[in-house]
This record gives sequence, C-alpha cells and structure tokens, in this order.
Amino acid sequence: MALNYDQALEKYEPTLGLEVHVELNTNSKMFCGCATEFGASPNTQTCPVCLGLPGSLPVVNAKAIESSIRIGLALNCSITPFSRFARKNYFYPDMPKNFQTSQYDEPICVNGYLDVTIDTDEGPKVYRVDIERVHMEEDTGKSLHVGGATGRIHGAEHSLLDYNRAGIPLVEIVTRIIPGTDKYAPEVARAYVAELRDILRSLGVSDVKMEQGSLRCDANLSISPRNSGTLGTRSETKNVNSLRSVERAVRGEIIRQANRLESGERIIQETRHFQEESGETRSGRSKETAEDYRYFPEPDLLPIVADPAWVEELRVALPVKPSIRRKKLQEAWGVPDKEMAAMINAELLDTVEETVALGAEPTKARSWWLGEVSRLANEKSVEPTSLIQPSEIAEIIALIAAGELTDKLARQVVEGVINGEGNPSMVIEKRGLKVVSDDSSLMVAIEAAIASQPETAEKVRSGNIPAAGALIGAVMKATGGQADAAKVRELLLKHLGQA
Amino acid sequence: MSREIIHQTAAEMSAELASGNVTAVELANAHFDRISAVDGDIHAFLHLDREGALAQAASVDASRKAGEKVNPLAGVPLALKDVLTQKGVPTTCGSKMLEGWRPPYDSTVVTNLKKAGVVILGKTNMDEFAMGSSTENSAYGTTRNPWDLSRIPGGSGGGSSAALAGFEAPLAIGTDTGGSIRQPAAVTGTVGVKPTYGSVSRYGLVAFSSSLDQAGPCARTVLDTAMLHEVIAGYDPKDSTSINAPVGKMVEAAKKLDVKGMKIGVVKELAGDGYQAGVTTRFNGALEALLSAGAEIVEVSAPSFEYALAAYYLIAPSEASSNLARFDSMRYGIRIGDDGSRSAEEVMKMTREVGFGKEVKRRIILGTYALSSGYYDAYYGSAQKVRTLIKRDYEAAFAKVDVLVSPTCPTTAFKIGEKSDDPVAMYLNDVCTIPVNLAGIGGMSLPCGLAPEDGLPVGFQIMSPAMKDELMYQVGGTLEAALQSSWGQPLYASAPTLAVK
Amino acid sequence: MAAISREEVAHLARLSRIEMTDAELDHLASEMGLILDSVSKVQAVADQDIPPTSHAIAMQNVMRPDVVVPSLTNEETLSGAPAREEDRFKVPQILGEE
Repeated sequence: MALNYDQALEKYEPTLGLEVHVELNTNSKMFCGCATEFGASPNTQTCPVCLGLPGSLPVVNAKAIESSIRIGLALNCSITPFSRFARKNYFYPDMPKNFQTSQYDEPICVNGYLDVTIDTDEGPKVYRVDIERVHMEEDTGKSLHVGGATGRIHGAEHSLLDYNRAGIPLVEIVTRIIPGTDKYAPEVARAYVAELRDILRSLGVSDVKMEQGSLRCDANLSISPRNSGTLGTRSETKNVNSLRSVERAVRGEIIRQANRLESGERIIQETRHFQEESGETRSGRSKETAEDYRYFPEPDLLPIVADPAWVEELRVALPVKPSIRRKKLQEAWGVPDKEMAAMINAELLDTVEETVALGAEPTKARSWWLGEVSRLANEKSVEPTSLIQPSEIAEIIALIAAGELTDKLARQVVEGVINGEGNPSMVIEKRGLKVVSDDSSLMVAIEAAIASQPETAEKVRSGNIPAAGALIGAVMKATGGQADAAKVRELLLKHLGQA
Repeated sequence: MSREIIHQTAAEMSAELASGNVTAVELANAHFDRISAVDGDIHAFLHLDREGALAQAASVDASRKAGEKVNPLAGVPLALKDVLTQKGVPTTCGSKMLEGWRPPYDSTVVTNLKKAGVVILGKTNMDEFAMGSSTENSAYGTTRNPWDLSRIPGGSGGGSSAALAGFEAPLAIGTDTGGSIRQPAAVTGTVGVKPTYGSVSRYGLVAFSSSLDQAGPCARTVLDTAMLHEVIAGYDPKDSTSINAPVGKMVEAAKKLDVKGMKIGVVKELAGDGYQAGVTTRFNGALEALLSAGAEIVEVSAPSFEYALAAYYLIAPSEASSNLARFDSMRYGIRIGDDGSRSAEEVMKMTREVGFGKEVKRRIILGTYALSSGYYDAYYGSAQKVRTLIKRDYEAAFAKVDVLVSPTCPTTAFKIGEKSDDPVAMYLNDVCTIPVNLAGIGGMSLPCGLAPEDGLPVGFQIMSPAMKDELMYQVGGTLEAALQSSWGQPLYASAPTLAVK
Repeated sequence: MAAISREEVAHLARLSRIEMTDAELDHLASEMGLILDSVSKVQAVADQDIPPTSHAIAMQNVMRPDVVVPSLTNEETLSGAPAREEDRFKVPQILGEE
C-alpha cells in the first residue's frame, strides 16, 4: 500500500534546498557582443566566442556584473571583495568549449537571506531562507532530439544544436538547507521562488519567465526518518517550469522517496526531471560516480574587485522590496487580500500600478486589466501588456468617468486599440463611438423624430406616455445608438410637456 | 651566396619597395618561387595562400602608386604560424583534428598585419597545438632545419624559423608558450621575440596554455623583428588579458646600438651541466662583446628557476587539457565514427583518439590528472606557487640589472628522431626559455655564433622586465652589430645554400 | 618512481573523452610515472605559505560595455560543421541528461 503525502510526512522529515538559475536580460551575452533576444532563428546570435571557436576569448559584460551585485544586495548578501571565474570542465555537446565558465570557490555574493511567508494551520508564518551564494555563469546551447517518437533524448537518432542561447548570462542563487519546513516544504519552495521572482522583476535584471526558461528552479530534496538526526541521500529535480510545478515537484519527490524507503530500496543520488503532466519526477543522470569537474581559475578572465563605493551606490539605488511595496499598494488602494493575490498571480500588479499612477481609479484599473484585457489576451495566448498600454486603459477609464463612454462603448474602444486602429481617441473618432450627451444635438434628433411622427407626438402630448417609445427608438436610431436612452426620454417628455 | 632580393632583410626590402625598385607583387612572387624551389626539402609551409598574398601585394602597390602613406612593412612578405586564425585560410595547428577547417574570422594579429599591408604568404608548420620543441609532433610531417636537413628546426614554431633561415620569408609570426619562438630562432640562427604577456593580443591564437601563450615577431635581424613587433603589438579589447598601454618604441631601441652603462645579469642557474660546450663558448663570446660595448656584466642568482620546468609541465598541460576539450567533432574539424548508430559521446572519443597525436594526448592526460580532485593542490596548486617564486626571482634580479641573459637552449639543433621517444629529455630543451613565460616577461633569442663542434647556430637569450621589451631590442641590436662586425657578415649569410629543386 | 596505474590512466582518458587501447594505456601509464617523477619537484613548495599566481600580469576588473555587436551569419556559424540540418549543427544522438 503506497503512502500518500500525509502518511509519508508522518514517518519522514524532508530536507529542502533550492538552486535557482536566472537568465539576465542584458542586451548582449556574458562574454561576447551577441544579442540575447529570445526566439531568434537558430544559430544567428552566435560568434567565435560563444561558439567556442579555436582562438576566441571571453570578455566579461559589465552589466552582468552589476546585475549580479544588485541581486546579491537585494538578497541581503555580502559582496565579496575579490571574485573570480573558473572553468568547470565536462563534456556535453550543447556546451561549445566543453567547459562552463562559472564561479567556483570565489563567487561574487555570499551569505544572504530571503524571508518568505506562507499560510500554515497556525496562520501566516515567516520562513527565513538562507542564501549560500549568488554566482555568475553562462548558459548552454539548446539541443533538439530528432527521430525519437517523443522528441526526447531516448530513442532519438540524432540531435540538432542551436547555440543562440549559449553564453547568455546566468546567475545561480543557491540556498542553504531551509530548516524546519517539514510538511510545508512544498509551500515554502513555491513561496521562495515566487518571492525571488518578484525581487528579480523589481530589480529589472531578468524577464523571469519560468515557461521560457529565463528562471529555472532545481529542487534538492532528501528525507530521513523522523527524529533520526540523519540526512538522507538527495535528489536534484530539474525541469520545473512554473510556480505550481515547484510545489508539485517537491511534494511528488517526498512521496516518491518515502515509498522507496518503505519498500526497502535506497535513494540514489541523481538528477530527476519533473513531468508536468503526471506531477512525478523521472530519473535523469545518476551522480553516483561523481563527476570530477577539475575547476581551475579561468586564465582568460581577470578577477572582479568590486569597488565598495560603487556597491554602496547600487545598494542605495535598490528598489523598494516587493513585499513592502505590495503592502503599501494594498493599503493605498484598499484592495482585499484575494484581489491583491489575483493581481500578483496574473503578474499585473506593476501594470495596474502604472495605470493608477496615470490617474485611474484602482478598482477600475484592476477590473479592466484582470477582466476584459486578460480575457482578450487569453484568447490570443499573449500577455495582456502586449495588447494595450496602461496609458490607454487610463484614458478609457477617464472617459467613462466623464460620461463620454459607456462600459459597452469602452469595450469597443479596447477592441479597436488591440486591433491596431490607433489610440483610444483615434478609435473613438474612427468608429464614431462618443456618447451623444449634449442636449442641443439630441434636441435636433428629437425634433426631427417629432416632425416625422406628428401623430405619435400628439398622443404623447395628450398623456399617452408609453407611445413615446416609438419616438425614443427613432432618436436612438438616428444617433447610431450612442445616445443615452434615459436622457433622450427625459428630454423628449419635457419637450412634449409631460415632465 | 648571390645576393638576390630574397636574401635582403625586411628593412632593406621595405626601402626597395619605397623607392619603387621592386613591387610588392614581384617580391611576393620571388618568395613563392623560392618556396617552390626549396620547401620540398624544408617543409616549412602547410598552406600557401598565393591568391590572398598577391591580392594584398597588388593593393599595397596601388596604394604606394597613389602616393598614400603606408606602413614601412607594407608589401613585405610574412610566414604565419598555423596556430593563428586567418579568415577563410586553412588553420590546422599542425593537427589532424582541424584538417580542412577554415576559420570564419581573423585573429587580431592577422588583422594588424593586414592593416599594415604585410603580405601573408601562407601558414607554417608546427608541433601539434604548439606542443613540442622540434615540429616532429606535427600531423603533417617534420620541418627540417635549413642549416642541416637531418636536424630539427626547433619547435613548436619550427616552420616559421625554417622559413626565415631558408629565405622563404623575411618575416614570420611565432607563438611562445615555453620557448616556441626563441628555441626555433636559436637553432636556425634567426631572431625571435616573445613579447611581454598581454602586449600582443591572443585573440585568434588557438590556445595551448592561455596564461603562458604569447604571439611574437620573428625575422633574420633584430631591426626587422622590432619593425614587426610594432605592427602586431597593441591593446585589444577582445583579449581581457591585453595590456592597455602604448606600444614601446622597439625600432628606435633596435637602432640605438648603445649599451654603455647598462647592467646585464647572467643567470647563474642557466649554465653548467648539460650545456653543450660550444653553446657555452659562444654565449661567453657574446658576453665579451657586450662588455666591450660598454655594458656591465654581473652574475645573478634565480634560485627558484630549478622548479620552473616542473611547474611549466603542470600548468601548461592543465590549461591545455581544458583548452583542447572543445575539439570534439560537433561544430568543426574532423569527425570519426559517426555511422548513425554511435552516440555523440562515442564519436567524440573516437575522434579525439584519431585526431590528436601522441604528445597532445600525453599532455591532456597529464593535465587532467594535475587538475583532478585530490591532486590539484599537490600539482596544479603547487605549480602556481612556484610561479610566484619565479616572479619574485625576476623582480629581485631586475632591481639590480636592466636585463638578464642566458643561452636560449642548452644545445644546438638535435637530430630528427633523436629525442622523440623520450619526452622528459625533450622537455629539458626548454629549461632556459620557460621561466620567462611563467613570469610573463619579455624574452628574445638572437644568434651568437656557430658552435665550434658542429657548426650549428647558438642562440643568446635576453630577458627584459614586463612592458620594457624595448630593452631587449636595445641590447640585442647592439650585440648583433658587434658580432656581425667581428664575423664580417650576418650569421644567416653563412647558412648553406640549399639545392634548388 | 611515482606509480600511476593503468586504471587511473583509463579514468583520465574517460574524463578527457579519449578512446585508448590497452596497449596505449599501458604505455602512457609508464610514461606518466616518469613525467610525474620529474614534475613532482613542485611539491617542495606545496606547504609553504606562498600565494599562487594564476595570471602572469596582475590586472582586475576588465569588462566590456553591454553593447550588441554583429554576430556571424548562420552560414558562417555552420561553415565548419561536419554535418548540418535545418540551420543547426547535426550531431550524433546525445546520451545522458535531457
């Protein structure tokens, strides 16, 4: 009988550590001037350096150093006075030099922490996640496995390599073992990655898109019998592509390891791959025969000695911490927790904030972005922010407030903007969408309706109020449906002496 | 020997070009003719780029005709060691691994040469990936020493030195990791300079040992070498280790012909047992010449030099084991065993078995060992400490003297095959040149005569502090002038006339 | 003489991805012994408190601005490829990690 999660936790304690790889959003690569744009056609953002051609040499991207230091500072790390690159030697076809230029015993940032809050049975609880190190390295190329049934490595006949990604700057953030997570290990893991992602986003150093791989999480997990005081053998789970997956992967791995131990098997130190569909992990490469990476200081690069004054400048200029900023925004906007969480999960907090800063009412800004715009973005499978600008939403909200647009018309304006018909005023102009509220132009239409239906007008004058419907309909038709019907009715009745 | 244009120095050729007595195209063709005549015996070249060379020569001729100001070396031919990339021109590093590879980019050295209008005739033979002292480790056959075709031309840059001694080119580029410019210069009676580390860009120099490799100029005279030095040196933002400082005035220094009041230190440890008698004789003769020219000669001790060879044969193979990992048949070079059933891993292993020669494999294995966990501190780590001690020895010495001198190598050119089965004996050949690389300073070898016992050239090494390369040229130029006036002609003029085929 | 076994050499050959025959391994094992004998000399300084030198000329903070420069074309990138397909390098099946 297989153990479920709760049963596994009764017998075993989990030990959790996390490694997060972040692709920096620099314009050029870590060691060469090639562009870093996502989605370029294969092998077009490549040069002798990132292809590892014989004779080529690396030169460090200054922005990558700056971003790494800012990340370290935001994670409360010490910036080391002397840091160096080293070569990590191992063969793999997606790595052009067959060594990765990385940092080994002299990383740029060490000894930080990040506090994360999760909901527990006893209410919200803060976990302090200690950061061991933040170091710089370079990304590998991408391989496409051809000929296999699944496009996976197993059964593939050959592989195709694209080195556009090779050499993109990566920052690796390594936690120490996170103490006392116990049954909340999955939630803590998720909350940590979520908080880290928000911090990185606020720093503007990365796109932090898990689904595109610009933020990748490896979960190191082991379990040991309760109160045994020992540490189990750990597995390292990769391929975790969303926040939800972080939580599922940790949970799944706890269950898997517990059941293995229950059935008398031992845990193998290995890399495992998270399977999005099943929520399980699958065995990758065994690390039993430990690789010998033969690290040594990279002779082609020189040490980084960060000027303390510069580090101080960077520290002072750090943005407000996302947790603090969220609290402030929530108070200022008076938004309930649930709606705040919705905005955060939809990654629209920044956008809503920007829209509010442009004069929109917070509730309205939130409902437009999370409602209509998100719905349309969903239909098109794109990001809401790629469809329309905060300034445009702010403008539309302002027009509604001024009574110049109805909600219904506003939706048409949004649609027009998204269709590329121009900014809101251009769409209103082109589509002729303005609410007709000015009395004199309405009066012209009303008088025209009366003139064309004198008998109906007479009935109304004589007290047959329901007969006004035909006249109102004519006015609405004449104004292309843009008049406010209630207003038309009011004016009409007044004009015919019935108000 | 009849004095044809090919026997002139680069400086003389430069003057002939400037005065219009010869065109760059004629000069290139004269050298191609010479190469056709003698390279069957010497085998200095792996590849000739007639088309590229003649196009460059024609363009220089056109510029001169149009009255444009050109570099003094514009139109002068050069032989390029096959370890530097030249766009579209085969670059093999003497290895089967890179057979047929045409790099898509120019090394900075080549860019600088092209900018100056130097005419690159072709690529010269070398020990595979610059590992060796004889060119016997080339996958494309051994180069022979024009002084005695049964002997080695030195290595790794034996092709470049032989091309100079055989009058196949007046200028050449070498690279020097542990003596690969200076030892070939010594055994062929030519001049070679390893500049200060970081003063000539390594961009496009296929790395053997990154922290030691340095490209440098080779020629038949000190002045020619200085002229070429000024063309190839300079700051390059593509090489992180490139020194951002102006290039010294090498030509001016080479022309000074004055060492009065200069202090020259003789390194005590680089003499004695194992040094051929004729080498010692000629070395001492050169010291006397310098003394007569007004220099002060003092003895200097460098106690840590005794560890230099050992440190070198740990550091260089370690870095090489990593640098050469990229040769895996995935992106360029040869691929062996890809029959559709083997994995990438198997194909890599088979390719590296076939593509690398014995010496390269030996050093990769040695380097892999020295870097592996458990051995790192004892080997690689200790070697790096030795490096510090050697730097300190130099610092102490240069506090007392302007330059240091020693024989370039313990012996004259040995016979082909003589040491090829004894790596340790082969490695000993580099004992005098290696400390310079470990410390990153400048080193020059120039001829100081023929050993009486075998009539073969002997090299005299001058070492100068980092970024003071001009001192080598000053001392070297003075010594060369003094010796030539005693001999009545340059040493290279007494080289055997090779049978023209 | 510093001993290095054939198995050790085989391990090093695996790490450095070089296929070797038994005869080559034996030969190299004996040569390595001799070479290690002579290079072991450096261990005389192993326990001395001397800072290691990794770079001949000490410099620091050499960086370039974050500016994009033109890449090679796809054609230039693949110009040396032993095999290619769909603008990519074609290589034998890759075993191991996904």
